[in-house]
Amino acid sequence: MSDAYNAFLSDIEIPSETAGPLTGVRIAVKDNISTKNIPTTCASKILLGYIPPYDAHAVELLKAAGATIAGKTNMDEFGMGTTTENSAFGPALNPRDTTRVTGGSSGGSAAAVAAGLVPMALGSDTGGSIRCPASYCGIVGLKPSYGRVSRYGLIAYANSFEQIGPMAANVTDTARLFSVIAGGDRRDSTSVDKPYDITGLRADIKGKIIGVPKEYFGEGVDTGVAETVETSIGRLEELGATIREVSLPSIRYALAAYYVTCTCEASSNLDRFDGVRYGPEPEMNLPWHDAYTKVRQAGFGPEVRRRILLGTFALSAGYYGKYYVKAQHAKQLIRRDFQRVLTECDLLAGPTMPNIAPRLGELTADPLRMYQTDILTVPVNIAGIPAISLPCGTAHGMPVGLQLMGRMFGEEALLNAALAFEEVA
Amino acid sequence: MADEEMKVIIGLEVHCQLDTASKLFCGCSADFRADAPNTHVCPVCLGLPGALPVLNKKAIEYALKVAKALNCTIPEEGEFCRKNYFYPDLVKAYQITMGDNPLALGGYIEIEDDAGNPKTVNLTRIHVEEDPGRLVHMGNKERGHYTLVDYNRSGIPLIEMVTEPELSSPKEARRLLNKLRATLEYLDVFDPEKEGSIRVDANISIKGHERVEIKNISSYKGVEKALTFEITRQKNLIRRGGTIARETRHFQEGKGTTTSARSKETATDYRYFPEPDLPVIRVASWVKDIVLPELPDARRDRFMQQYGIAVNHARTLTGDLRLAEFYEDVADVGAAIAASWIADILIGELNYRDMGLSEAAAHTPEFKDLLTLVRDKKITDKAGVDVLRVWLDDLHAGEKKETPAQIVERLGLARESGESFRGIVEQILAANPQAVADHKAGKKGALNFIVGQVMKETKGKSDPREIHAMIAELVGE
Amino acid sequence: MVSENDVLHIAELADIGIATSELGKFTEQFNAILEYFDILDTLAADDELDRPLVNVFREDEVTPSLPQEEALANSHNPEDGYIRAPKVI
Repeated sequence: MSDAYNAFLSDIEIPSETAGPLTGVRIAVKDNISTKNIPTTCASKILLGYIPPYDAHAVELLKAAGATIAGKTNMDEFGMGTTTENSAFGPALNPRDTTRVTGGSSGGSAAAVAAGLVPMALGSDTGGSIRCPASYCGIVGLKPSYGRVSRYGLIAYANSFEQIGPMAANVTDTARLFSVIAGGDRRDSTSVDKPYDITGLRADIKGKIIGVPKEYFGEGVDTGVAETVETSIGRLEELGATIREVSLPSIRYALAAYYVTCTCEASSNLDRFDGVRYGPEPEMNLPWHDAYTKVRQAGFGPEVRRRILLGTFALSAGYYGKYYVKAQHAKQLIRRDFQRVLTECDLLAGPTMPNIAPRLGELTADPLRMYQTDILTVPVNIAGIPAISLPCGTAHGMPVGLQLMGRMFGEEALLNAALAFEEVA
Repeated sequence: MADEEMKVIIGLEVHCQLDTASKLFCGCSADFRADAPNTHVCPVCLGLPGALPVLNKKAIEYALKVAKALNCTIPEEGEFCRKNYFYPDLVKAYQITMGDNPLALGGYIEIEDDAGNPKTVNLTRIHVEEDPGRLVHMGNKERGHYTLVDYNRSGIPLIEMVTEPELSSPKEARRLLNKLRATLEYLDVFDPEKEGSIRVDANISIKGHERVEIKNISSYKGVEKALTFEITRQKNLIRRGGTIARETRHFQEGKGTTTSARSKETATDYRYFPEPDLPVIRVASWVKDIVLPELPDARRDRFMQQYGIAVNHARTLTGDLRLAEFYEDVADVGAAIAASWIADILIGELNYRDMGLSEAAAHTPEFKDLLTLVRDKKITDKAGVDVLRVWLDDLHAGEKKETPAQIVERLGLARESGESFRGIVEQILAANPQAVADHKAGKKGALNFIVGQVMKETKGKSDPREIHAMIAELVGE
Repeated sequence: MVSENDVLHIAELADIGIATSELGKFTEQFNAILEYFDILDTLAADDELDRPLVNVFREDEVTPSLPQEEALANSHNPEDGYIRAPKVI
């Protein structure tokens, strides 16, 4: 497969064997989703050579639906990043401008769709990892409600936030892919059995109340991006929606709560990569701590190591109460804020990202600044609610994403509104 | 410091494998002991990237049963958490266990102290956690310095019961373990016959000094041995003016000693936090529906009442579920004779041969035939023991050939009446005039000597009581 | 403030190692991020946490395990079915 964008890490095709709703459809799968007999690396050297003996639940469903697995896509190592530059195998390039990043962490999936290499792809979204690259590359990406898609086989970065979700060039394909992967799975204790019925998909936004959180147009949001998104929100109003300004004051805790929780969980999740059962071989004649340290120091990239260290620190004796416990209470405040405004409103709208796709290398030197670009995506992961990024125009010549956020398990209304917007966008 | 002032304080953390069909967080079979290594593993219990745990309901039901039997309180909410540390047996580099919100709090166990008085030992908590894999080879010069691991055990459900530091001797610790084992066995949640199904960590200190933890003792005898060694070590150190270091020590089963663990192993900061892959459990309301079976103490009391046997026999017989059931199967031969033959003779003979009760219990009718022969005075007690030994030797060798009656027949052990031995008694009295004189002079032991000579001559077929009577008649009291 | 020594200690705890050359930069970034986290410390933590899900169980039913060769396939030089790991003594 010609891949000028470094979108794929492996392009082994697994043709479908059954007929189903996705027969003949080629689907790219992010490389943190376990695929039987196909290398799954999370774009990390620590998983070089690992060939999973099992399929993720979502992959089983794709196969059963007749889809062809078109290969595994590039990403930020273990999902840790906002640009797909933190890949051990080089950054993915934005098909709209190859001097710019795709966004991350599902950058390879976004690039593959945006470049027309595949019509659909699976990504995963922990703090914006589907919506950010969808926004930067000008495609559609849905972060499902927490629990609506099984995480079984999704290699964990931050368990309490992440979901596998669909990415596609348009809302209908996004919904088609979602209808295949949504639903309960007894192998994931946090899974909720709520399938999505594609036959209910129709353009529907008239009469809906759409809240616009003022915090989504605050400091740090590029004025070009803000203008494009405001214009799009005007379109929603023209379509018959009622626009209402709302406030989510506890969002100011969101980034800290997000990064504390996800680094804590990640530090624990990633401790299993010691080379013994899979991955690069440790030196067996060294004492285990020393052998593990060598494998892990060589195998993890700088951002992964930074987050493991942060998480290890935040969980260590004397700091757990200050960081992790407080982050859980911040999460609860944020969840309740969203619940409150989503009682008054049917949906929320705002920009997906505060900016357009940065140039390669622009953010890598300053991790905190990179973390801050997640400010508009992470609140949704904390609240657990679904959100979709829709192409809504350009700023500075690059795509801008409109983010629509729905009620918990309200993907039906969310996709219907998205379809209505897409028809006029 | 005088020895009697050195008060010993012991607390135990007892881990028992719960006898479920599948593992704690996956469907792999928990019945792994007879199988090849790494054949009872799946993505979940191998910790493969992306796999997720799902909690086995039966494990929680079993643990609740134990909690109810041990009089614990069940908090409204229980929460699994991750205990993070690196070791080759731990596939995820964290153990899923319970931290601040365990399954059960409090509770107590009744035992006897070293003077035989009742003693209540309080429990701190009970929780459920997963077993790690097993290191089978630690490396050596010949085979190279590496470790070999079998992950079949990874994910087996464990229940951990933590006592308050209220035990004051190794024997008390042993009795507490026996009581716990019996209770779990009665509850039908635990199989003590399975190798490594119980493991103990012991905290031990001398009052006023630092506490030492002894990790991973894997036998009942080991606990008593490790504690006895450790008490001597600590007391000697204190007597010499040394200081007890707060540390973790490993028990060397073979040598019966404890050795200090390296500091890097023990300096671990476990970084506990709630397991995000498992929702909390709310099971307090389940407890009222749990029907407990008769437990060891209740059965002991019933045995005393129903069979009229002594407390020490009743305690021994009910201290092990299979033993108690075996006794009840045998008791119709005679409650008293069954109790003393099982508690005082059979157990010892089995232990001597390193046999399990099940080997004898598989032939209960023959054991009953043997007791019947003794009860009906067809053979003497001594001959009965001889027959039992031959019978057990055969069973143990796996070549059972003869019934007890056949053994009696073959060895000619059938009891004969005292009159047939009168000639032998007279001969022995004549041959031992000094002993007869001593007996007449009231010297204790002289009569026993004479009886012993007669027993020897009659090859145990005579009844010592009859012989006593005959000697008394012949020489006068 | 977190010192370079703290970062070294954490790196040891996480079996992750850290090169002397990167220690200074890591510590600096670490402190900037932790300072950002401090906003959480202004929150009370006395509210009871919501539990969207409770009591999720599976029945005690045995399901097939992996064949041994698949269980060992990603490990290094397994011996007699055992997985090889670094030494522990």
